[in-house]
Amino acid sequence: MLAKRIIPCLDVKDGRTVKGVNFVDLRDAGDPVELAWQYSQQGADELVFLDITATHEGRKTTIDLVKSVAKQVNIPFTIGGGINELRDAEILLNSGADKISINSAAVRNPQLIDDLSKAFGSQFVVVAVDTRFVEGANYVHLRGGREKTDIHTEEWIKEAESRGAGEILLTSMDHDGTKNGFDNPLLGCINQLIHIPLIASGGAGNEQHFVDVFQQSNVDAALAASVFHYGEILIPELKERLRAEGIAVR
Amino acid sequence: MIGIVNYGAGNIFSLTAALNRIQVGYGMINSKEDFDQFDRVIIPGVGHAGAAMNKLRETGLVDTILALEKPVLGICVGMQLLTSYSEEGEAELLSVFPLKTLHFKNRVTLKVPHMGWNSVKAEADCPLFKDIPENTYFYFVHSFFIEHSPVYNGATCNYGIDYSAAIQKDNFYGVQFHPEKSGTHGEQLLINFTKI
Repeated sequence: MLAKRIIPCLDVKDGRTVKGVNFVDLRDAGDPVELAWQYSQQGADELVFLDITATHEGRKTTIDLVKSVAKQVNIPFTIGGGINELRDAEILLNSGADKISINSAAVRNPQLIDDLSKAFGSQFVVVAVDTRFVEGANYVHLRGGREKTDIHTEEWIKEAESRGAGEILLTSMDHDGTKNGFDNPLLGCINQLIHIPLIASGGAGNEQHFVDVFQQSNVDAALAASVFHYGEILIPELKERLRAEGIAVR
Repeated sequence: MIGIVNYGAGNIFSLTAALNRIQVGYGMINSKEDFDQFDRVIIPGVGHAGAAMNKLRETGLVDTILALEKPVLGICVGMQLLTSYSEEGEAELLSVFPLKTLHFKNRVTLKVPHMGWNSVKAEADCPLFKDIPENTYFYFVHSFFIEHSPVYNGATCNYGIDYSAAIQKDNFYGVQFHPEKSGTHGEQLLINFTKI
């Protein structure tokens, strides 16, 4: 049985986590490596690091972070942010990243998806898509949802798959931050369109939301940040709940 | 000491990191002479099986590998290379196992690649799974699989179809999943390999 995956997402800047973290017994709440290790011990199936570093020096720190995580953590992880060309991805691969996630760089230059999947295999290439519902249709948005494009989300995701994406990470900007649950109708619809794994993101507020997203949209994985960081949802308890609902988890 | 066949097919950072975590010594095998320094051998590999086979041939190490009597573990594509043929690139492979590596496409209706944590059912006699609970989940990322073989099966995985997630024959072993990314049970499997 293939398990549904639970993925905590950590925002990092200059090698440190930026969103507040509220774990007990954490020596250094800003240290992404320690957090990553804690999550792996709790039963997280995978981790995503979103690098929002702006400076060149910070980027070097991020690469050191990737190396440290790869050395100390025994589950797969994805790193996103700041990947604009093949060379960026290659450095991360050689530093131990299992996957990279690309978002606006792929929208601006779709050929990047082809190039990355040819060079490193599609299993390495996650295409992250931020979507928002505007006047009757779903549109791809950039810059964390602030910049609307004219690209229909469904079309873009199908194109990303055909260009060699290995996985889609779909964030509903309408649900993100609301804690009212995932956008299950949209996720279910997208999941029917593609034949590669789909990761749901945006809206997780409680355990029931994870039950709902797996039962209603049948996505492969669900990602969340703050509910895990603040300890509002504990992964072992979440897994127990999912198991009780008949959802395959590790 | 484990020797890792260094033939340029994929990244071995994760594997060496895992060996460091379990405190198992290792080194790289670049030439025939290097094999003598190690008491067991890992053949890693990600990416395209046909391309990986070509790279392995270029190293000139194939005959030495085939003649090895010490324990050998192929991981992912490194395991597929031990079979006789892959549909990926229609490649002729090492033929340690008289088995074929096949594509999931047109054989299962599920998503491809098979990506994520899947439970596996180990054979009681497979030493790789000693001290690992039944139906443990391991981390898989692959689009090609090894046809199920009752003779050589070490563990069975079901993903729309039963296939061999682990194989064994004499001193040769292979696993389709990534033990180096499969949490503590994956690390236990690597420890088990050091004790075969």
